[in-house]
Amino acid sequence: MSLIPAELRFAESHEWSRLETDGTITVGISDHAQEALGDVVFVELAEVGKVFAAGDVAGVVESVKAASDIYAPVSGEVIAVNEALADSPEGLNEAPYDNWIFKLKPTNTAELEKLLDAAGYKAAIGE
Amino acid sequence: MGQRTPLYDLHLALGAKMVDFGGWDMPLHYGSQVEEHHEVRRDCGVFDVSHMTVIDIEGHQAKEWLQQLLANDVDRLNTPGRALYSAMLNEQGGVVDDMIVYLMPEGYRLIVNAATRDQDLAWMNAQRQGYDVTLIERPELALLAVQGPQARHKVAELVTQARSQLIHQLKPFEAQSNGDWFIARTGYTGEDGLEILLPADQAPAFFNELVGAGISPIGLGARDTLRLEAGMNLYGQDIHLGVSPLCANMAWTIAWQPESRQFIGRHALEAEKAKGVQFKLVGLVLEERGVLRAHQVVRIADVGEGEITSGSFSPTLSKSIALARVPIATADRAEVEIRGKWYPVRVVKPTFVRLGKALI
Repeated sequence: MSLIPAELRFAESHEWSRLETDGTITVGISDHAQEALGDVVFVELAEVGKVFAAGDVAGVVESVKAASDIYAPVSGEVIAVNEALADSPEGLNEAPYDNWIFKLKPTNTAELEKLLDAAGYKAAIGE
Repeated sequence: MGQRTPLYDLHLALGAKMVDFGGWDMPLHYGSQVEEHHEVRRDCGVFDVSHMTVIDIEGHQAKEWLQQLLANDVDRLNTPGRALYSAMLNEQGGVVDDMIVYLMPEGYRLIVNAATRDQDLAWMNAQRQGYDVTLIERPELALLAVQGPQARHKVAELVTQARSQLIHQLKPFEAQSNGDWFIARTGYTGEDGLEILLPADQAPAFFNELVGAGISPIGLGARDTLRLEAGMNLYGQDIHLGVSPLCANMAWTIAWQPESRQFIGRHALEAEKAKGVQFKLVGLVLEERGVLRAHQVVRIADVGEGEITSGSFSPTLSKSIALARVPIATADRAEVEIRGKWYPVRVVKPTFVRLGKALI
């Protein structure tokens, strides 16, 4: 059983999203995703200022096993990336909900509603 | 559902993440592949490799037949227990499989890959016509590899006195039987260690005993990064039917003398040598962040192109390394394409780590 915080939204591609009080959205990968990937050894981050549509590839997480694309869960502009992951990519394994990957300024916050809630994600991953 | 080794239930109980490997349900890791890798380099760990195929070769013409079947020469094995590594080639010089051959008191013992079992047996049986040889598969045996600098010491403390003595006496690449156990000082990690064949019904208890003594179970994930660091080929990736051993860093395994020994594939290799070998297998080291993977394209300025055959993150070196097949004229620099971008790599001898030490 993996950890699925109730306050987060989830994409079927296993990214979590958190709406912050300032209206930005923080994105990471779920506990289930890090578990499936195995030891993460490299994270390729998007450039700050890049604009993505929901579903665009917004980064790559490489584990010892394989490379996996990270998708933008909602449309928006990248306003920050977690540079700490360059030196300690294993943070995504150790604390997947503390170690975010990037922050977006969303084009339309309502897109968040299209993502799964915790119960929906739990069902989607068969737990 | 895939085939299961006698240790399947134990792997589950130890929390293994299981994956399909050549039709077998095998442990990928028991938590962290990287931790398991480090454990083998600094202490030791135990691998279940019972999926591998063990074939005993007996009969009056066992030696003659193997001298024709294999590119290395079993005549080099002069005392029982000695082992050698060999390729088995087809007429075109492609690698049907690679294996370890042990000289036994009553013949030879081959340990071949799991995924190639059917291909190997079909090939061997087709080459057997006219020879007095018997092939005896040994599926009733389990195979445990205990690898790492402390492996022999720790195993020796857990077995009978006779076996313990044997373990202390074994030289590298040597094996001896004791009762229904066959203990070899061989492995696939670049570390010292043992490979132990024992009856399947004894395997779970022994594996449990090893784990109880603090020897960590290690999955196939770490087995792959360990062998990659050691520069050892993986069948199906670095070598296959379409690859000549001369282009796979295996020239040293081909016994050209005596010239009268007409092993299968010899003509093709001789023709290839006469024409000039076109490719070589080298090591690549990525100095920047990123991960090299199989099938990425390698570009060598003014020389040509090659391809990565195995690539991963090296836990020991904390950077990405790979094996790559490149044009023979390749010098010490190249570039690799990762997701549309070209990254500079160093070209090195394909042995990155041996006996716990970085060689690059």
